[in-house]
Amino acid sequence: MAEIIQEEKHKGGKKKPKKHSTHIDMTPMVDLMCLLITFFMLTTAFSKPKVMEIVLPEKIKKNEKVEPPKIADSRTLNIILGPNNKVYWYPGKADAAALVPLQETNFSATGIRQVLLDRNRALFKKIEQFQQDVITGKINIKQDSLRSAIRKLKTDDDTGPIVLIKFYKKSKYKNLVDIIDEMSIVGIARYIITDINWIEDNMVERALGVPLTSSPTAHK
Amino acid sequence: MPKIKLPSKSPHIDMTPLVDLFSLLLTFFMLTATMRPSEPAPIDTPLSVSETPSPDANIMTMVLSADNRVFFNIDNGPDTILHFRPKILQEMGKRYNIEFTSQELRKFEKYSSSFGVDIKNLKSFLAAKDPKERALYEKGIPIDSLDNQLAMWVLFARQVNPAVKALIKGDSNADYPIVKKVLDILQDKNVNRFSLVTTLEKVEVVDAKK
Repeated sequence: MAEIIQEEKHKGGKKKPKKHSTHIDMTPMVDLMCLLITFFMLTTAFSKPKVMEIVLPEKIKKNEKVEPPKIADSRTLNIILGPNNKVYWYPGKADAAALVPLQETNFSATGIRQVLLDRNRALFKKIEQFQQDVITGKINIKQDSLRSAIRKLKTDDDTGPIVLIKFYKKSKYKNLVDIIDEMSIVGIARYIITDINWIEDNMVERALGVPLTSSPTAHK
Repeated sequence: MPKIKLPSKSPHIDMTPLVDLFSLLLTFFMLTATMRPSEPAPIDTPLSVSETPSPDANIMTMVLSADNRVFFNIDNGPDTILHFRPKILQEMGKRYNIEFTSQELRKFEKYSSSFGVDIKNLKSFLAAKDPKERALYEKGIPIDSLDNQLAMWVLFARQVNPAVKALIKGDSNADYPIVKKVLDILQDKNVNRFSLVTTLEKVEVVDAKK
């Protein structure tokens, strides 16, 4: 077949090499590339997931007797996370005889954050001032040591609250992350996640208006 | 009057720049792509201000789904030669008197997403051909005190790879008691430091009394 065509061309007399256009039809290639790009764009996990590190105190073994650390009631702030993203808090210590009324708040910027900020203002200001100084160049510090410097500020602090975080049984995992988040936003130096006790269980149930389920025997 | 002859334009557009750009983009996306392993259950991680990126290797992940099932995942170590996954499965098999063939071990090594299968069903889970069949076995890893398989997974994961870090990837709507249980299991196995997987969110602190 090819030969026949060649012969026909030779009839023209002058041997002019046929000019091939330099254009290649790139449409199929472009089509394929479009598809591939879309595929990769959609499957790429662009933002790496972030993690939040928490450290829990070591568990006390059953046959080990350890005195719980004594903390001042005046500095203690109890936060109990309830159902439907409700946050309850009360200062000091729970008393079985006289149930302290719980304050109800939420996770908004004016909610629990304000409560914590009111108590932690001194430390919060100190950390903020320190970070501002680093940004403006008043304090010359390396990025690596910035975190440890802030941690030092926190350990030296003795005015901020000691926050005990407790969870009512109907709270969600989101609440755990949210409350730890609040701690880091406000710069709380000392907080701990502990088990709720039966008095607090009752306090939450009273605030919710449901029948009380806990008694001293239910919890050890 | 001579007719004005419009020069006949060829319908071809020069696509070379387009192709150039596309190839660049394509190479970029291909090189940066890290495939998202498909999760057996949709996990909607909660938001937080934490900016620490999650580590790439030496992690074991406890996945808690919204319907309170517990899944477990462990990576194969920083190097593919290490083969941590089959080693851990072998240890688990010894503990529960289940003999895994080398073929099953290899299959388990390649199956990279998290699993929530009772160890007794793991053989049939690995033999399953498609995700639908697999989903039948994904009832969550038993964590109650009678049959605490998650604790065993954690134990053997830490024995095989002592550098492993614990990661908890929970759905926002997982119930706290389940989270507490998982935390207790980890603490029983002396894991006191762990990370919660979150999604970044920016927060401004507005101080009302400034």
